[in-house]
Amino acid sequence: MLKALLKAESLIALGLMGLSVYFMWHAIERPIGWDGARGPGGGAFPFWLSLIMLGASTAILIRAVRTELRVPDLKPFFEPGMIGPVAAVTLALTITIALMSWLGTYVAIPLFMLWYLRVFGRNSWKVTIPLVLGTPVVLFFFFEVALLILLPKGITEPLFFPLYAMFF
Amino acid sequence: MEVLSLLAQGFGTSLLPLNIGIVIVGVTLGLFIGAMPGLGSVNGVAIVLPLTFIVPPASAIIFLAALYYGAMYGGAVSSILLGIPGSSTAVATTFDGRPMAQQGKAGLALIAAAVASFIGGTISVILFTAFAVPLAELALRFGPAENFALVLLAFTTFVGLGGDDAMKTIAMICLGLVLSTVGLDMISGQPRLIFFDMPGFFAGISFLVLAIGVYGIGEVLWTLEKSRVAPTVTPARVTWSEMRAGFAAAGRTWKTMGTGSVMGFFVGMLPAAGATPASLMAYGIAKSTSRQPETFGKGNVEGVVAPETANNAASTGSLLPMLSLGIPGSPTTALLLGGMVMWGLTPGPMLFIEQADFVWGLISSLYTANLAAVLINLALIPVFVWALRMPFSVLCTLVLVLCIVGGFAPDQRMHDVWLILVFGVVGYILRKADYPLAPLVLALVLGPVMERSFRQALIAAQGDPTTFVTRPLSATFIALAVLFFLLPVFMKLWQRRKGSHPA
Repeated sequence: MLKALLKAESLIALGLMGLSVYFMWHAIERPIGWDGARGPGGGAFPFWLSLIMLGASTAILIRAVRTELRVPDLKPFFEPGMIGPVAAVTLALTITIALMSWLGTYVAIPLFMLWYLRVFGRNSWKVTIPLVLGTPVVLFFFFEVALLILLPKGITEPLFFPLYAMFF
Repeated sequence: MEVLSLLAQGFGTSLLPLNIGIVIVGVTLGLFIGAMPGLGSVNGVAIVLPLTFIVPPASAIIFLAALYYGAMYGGAVSSILLGIPGSSTAVATTFDGRPMAQQGKAGLALIAAAVASFIGGTISVILFTAFAVPLAELALRFGPAENFALVLLAFTTFVGLGGDDAMKTIAMICLGLVLSTVGLDMISGQPRLIFFDMPGFFAGISFLVLAIGVYGIGEVLWTLEKSRVAPTVTPARVTWSEMRAGFAAAGRTWKTMGTGSVMGFFVGMLPAAGATPASLMAYGIAKSTSRQPETFGKGNVEGVVAPETANNAASTGSLLPMLSLGIPGSPTTALLLGGMVMWGLTPGPMLFIEQADFVWGLISSLYTANLAAVLINLALIPVFVWALRMPFSVLCTLVLVLCIVGGFAPDQRMHDVWLILVFGVVGYILRKADYPLAPLVLALVLGPVMERSFRQALIAAQGDPTTFVTRPLSATFIALAVLFFLLPVFMKLWQRRKGSHPA
């Protein structure tokens, strides 16, 4: 029973159940009932839909456990050996996004590309270097100069003052 | 004919130099995105949408529609040259496209696919032009009750026809709808579902954040896990004689192309169906009506032509309910709808009256995009062969960087970028567990429409819920919705009866 609950299918259903309860707990901050002649209150839509979601995910869980008890599914959830690369890219993205606020986009993005292209993708320097150096330049001209959207720069902001002076 | 004069006026807009240029750039970019294994029109539109702020709104929509078109053409390229579908819409193209390439007829297959796409696109654009106005006129009679019933109908088609697990589909629809209610309640103006009291949630969750997460980051993670070995590119030479042979082959299969186009168009209109099932159905029809069904799957050119006409026709078909009713017919058109709302061009019947120039400019641009796509596709075949040799990691890096920066650009909040990452990872895991993601994205886009029309209808009826079933049009939609919703139950009962009485 416990083993059947720990399968990916059951865990995901459990996660969705938890999420719907969390949504419902938030939704009850607003009226969820029928407000006389005005129809449902502000919390009604999210509350009742979360309840349906809870019902659907509970049904998925029950079905998953019952199927698993009858015929255990031996196929692994992730392709063998491929969970590593997926986790590595997710971690790299997390670090990159965190660095964007602190060291700025123009440090975080090239670092990410350097890691992905050279370390993760094992490309030659001939491919890596032009992309790592060229992308920030293209981003700067497209977003900052053409669209006037300032990308986050964190503590490297002062370094851009001369560039701002040149283009704005 | 009034439609023709409106269309002629539309060409006045779409043939402006700026718009011609935009169509050409959009189609070319779409062709490349479509040709890349794993990336299809929906990924392309999600990733590129934030970059379209650079042009005026009307041109941005024309650009995205052209990209959508181009990606439909491009999908065939990787199906044929790599044997990997460029996107799910081109799965059926691999069945015969790959064997043809292995027999050294890659060039012929590519030409036939391009010609078929053009025919499918053209027939469906003509159908689109014919149906757009009547449908919009019908929709003018819709009140909030009808709008609510129509959105409900759109969702139930996923349950009844989507082909995915009904419970998982329902869970995804509800998740999308609940996420759409985050932020300020549009009727009382009070904040709700502000998770962890983070101020970022006050503005709600943008459809773009979910789409970039799911179709950008989620897609890269998905492809990363699936692609252990680098695929090999089949070389394709395109000579004049092959060009002639390709046109001749396409000419012989006019019946298949006709069926594929018309069927694709109507299947494409359904939110749950769209280009993927349309192309598979067209392949099935072509095979079963063929005089030599045994040659299918072994490199029959008809097996390339059928799905390619149908998927292009379906992509045009899915634009029709989006533009005239405000109900997208596919995830890609859901993103287009979200984009249009963002730019203040809310799709629906009123758009045909208030922004007739824009609507007809867009419709006529489908004609120019279609023509541009076939010409650029044929001309760039050697470039595709070269581009497909690009290391996969280069493509992934560029997509991920565009996701991060493009996700930040629209509202300039790091909050959105973090959400994109969360949606990307969660979407990837949900997709692995066979949860359909299209209804999730559609629900987030349509959620506000659904809730607003539901509550407006009730306020107008003084809180009387029978308003949804006493108005004839609304009642029809609700009845259809109930039917679709119960379809999986009927199917199960029917199968069980068949199982217990073996006859």
